[in-house]
Amino acid sequence: MPDKVKFTIDGQECLADQGVTIYEAAKANGVYIPVLCHYEGLKAVGSCRICSVMVNGRWMASCTQPLSEGMVIENDAPLVNEYRQAIIEMLLAEGNHFCPTCEKSGNCELQALAYRYGIMVPRFPYQFPRRKIEAFPGFLLEHNRCIQCQRCVRAIQTEDGRKIFAMKDRSKDIRINIDRKLAAKLSEDQIQKAMDICPVGAILKKGVGFIRPIGQRKYDRQPIGSEIEGEK
Amino acid sequence: MARKITIEPVTRVEGHGKVTIHLDDEGRVSQARFHVVEFRGFERFVQGRPYWEIPVLVQRLCGICPVSHHLAAAKAMDIMVGVPPEKLPPAAEKIRRLMHYGQMLQSHALHFFHLASPDLLFGFEADPAVRNIIGVAKFHRQLAVHGVILRKFGQEIIKVTAGKRIHGTGAIPGGVNKSLTPEERDYFLNSAAPYNIDTIIDWAQEAVEFFKKLHQENKEVMDNFAAFPSNHLSLVRKDGALDFYHGVLRAVDAEGRKILNDVDYQDYLKYVGEEVRPWSYMKFPYLKKQGKEKGWYRVGPIARLNTCDYIPSPRAQQEFEIYKSYTGGKPNNMTLHSHWARLIELLHAAEVIKDLLNDKDITGEKLIKKGKKKQEGVGLIEAPRGTLFHHYRINRDDLIVMANLIVSTTNNNEAYNQAVRWVAENYISEKPQITEGMLNRVEVAIRAYDPCLSCATHALGKMPLEIDLYDAQGQLLDRKRK
Repeated sequence: MPDKVKFTIDGQECLADQGVTIYEAAKANGVYIPVLCHYEGLKAVGSCRICSVMVNGRWMASCTQPLSEGMVIENDAPLVNEYRQAIIEMLLAEGNHFCPTCEKSGNCELQALAYRYGIMVPRFPYQFPRRKIEAFPGFLLEHNRCIQCQRCVRAIQTEDGRKIFAMKDRSKDIRINIDRKLAAKLSEDQIQKAMDICPVGAILKKGVGFIRPIGQRKYDRQPIGSEIEGEK
Repeated sequence: MARKITIEPVTRVEGHGKVTIHLDDEGRVSQARFHVVEFRGFERFVQGRPYWEIPVLVQRLCGICPVSHHLAAAKAMDIMVGVPPEKLPPAAEKIRRLMHYGQMLQSHALHFFHLASPDLLFGFEADPAVRNIIGVAKFHRQLAVHGVILRKFGQEIIKVTAGKRIHGTGAIPGGVNKSLTPEERDYFLNSAAPYNIDTIIDWAQEAVEFFKKLHQENKEVMDNFAAFPSNHLSLVRKDGALDFYHGVLRAVDAEGRKILNDVDYQDYLKYVGEEVRPWSYMKFPYLKKQGKEKGWYRVGPIARLNTCDYIPSPRAQQEFEIYKSYTGGKPNNMTLHSHWARLIELLHAAEVIKDLLNDKDITGEKLIKKGKKKQEGVGLIEAPRGTLFHHYRINRDDLIVMANLIVSTTNNNEAYNQAVRWVAENYISEKPQITEGMLNRVEVAIRAYDPCLSCATHALGKMPLEIDLYDAQGQLLDRKRK
């Protein structure tokens, strides 16, 4: 068995280690594939589909699909980009995302992707769902902005390994649910971690909004993806 | 035959309003009103939002002076986080001041040069095709350039303090999120002319001189047009100095007697009431002690120079003394003198900006403070157009449950109506024909107060004005729209 796997992305011949996913292989070769539900160090779930690529003519979620020899992957291709635009637009239309007053603006992955993929206005009608803000000691859960990526479900646990965040209900009613008793025990650092790991402005540590000035926010200087592909 | 005239939209002001003038059978004015026909609802939809989001959210009320709303809300939130304005870290307080005085500079420049100067340069009844900023640029090039660059300078000051020229994020509860870097500071102090503060101060001084010359040449109009006595209200510094950022609430009557004596604005509800009239979305504030009939007041440049004892910067103080001596030290109740007052404030703002840029705290590092939380706070500021009130209450979850905003333009509501009535009675009453120039006179009177109608109704959109002419039976005879 050879040590390295050969494959191509957008016509570029690449090599990657055995046993990695398409996403990881692309990253190792300096090719950016967008992700929302996936997060480094967490088990991939492939739920948001923004990382979908075309492999030998079939759609595959690159964060969960293992790489195999000879794969011909289309990533930065018109059809794939169009598909990703549609996903971003659906997410924007489905929730209540008012970037101008959102404290995550400039640090928000969904917003950064919308910029990267040139979204001017969603083609889909805004749903304007009626959702609430839930308050917990030390943080707020802003359901209007949640995209159900489940990063918090996977990443935030008590010291003895119990989950605090979980999914509740199904389909259009699906939402994040929090165990209030366990949430009360979250440390400041855990709350900060939950806020940082959230790709949008759904988890908000109390009283610290807008602390990072415009110009110094994560995506003010470099667009999303440049950390992998370098500045274009 | 009786008529009703409608001017809609009122132009060269910010927002959307209209004027109606009713004439009786003899063509005399029976009623003249300034209506604000926008509705926005910010006070309602901030409810349920976290308190630290409010300074960024409510500034969307306006695109001209968002900094005022941003800072008034931030001052209210300072109270919530237990840091009263006096306790703010010095760097934070000075950065906020710099932001605010930058805004004063840009907003006053915008109003005088872009919106008001066409009337003063070309005449109230000049051809509307020339009576605009393009006409100013064509026939008074230097003045137009000064206007544009003064405004740009103010906008750049806002950008370095708030992150963006419009709708930034600089002030946060208990402080600010950035100070100036030495390079940013030096840009404003040392750039080649005209982009340095010394040139800006000189140009602001020239603007004052320009107005004084206009005044000399047109004394009769400048002194008498839409002039009427009123009370005046503003913040003043504790020692009575002019202060746009913080102070105590003072009101004087038309003769200069103090009727509100340097009170703490946290208690503003004790002193200020708001009356609702069915024909306008804009409320009518009044001083409770004087009552609804006699308690209305003016705010803004003319009011501020009537309430304050002095201006704490040398060149503006010198101009203030000339300005005050014109009325023998008494309050100035002349509507068109608000341009004069505004330009003195423009000069003062430029001088203060220089002082702040030379203050070592402006590059300070301690930017934020927290104290004992409260659930209610009031923030007041002198916005370019006058005193701005923000009052909020939060619940135990840190979410807003009540918001009350009294914006500068609202405070001047009765003054607009007085001014419109004055023009209607003096220029439209008993005239056989209504001309565009006569209608523009109505707008000149409104424009002198630099109203921001979008703010006042807490609206999207253009600034259209309509004049309706009704007969004695209330039948619409003529409507002029813009």
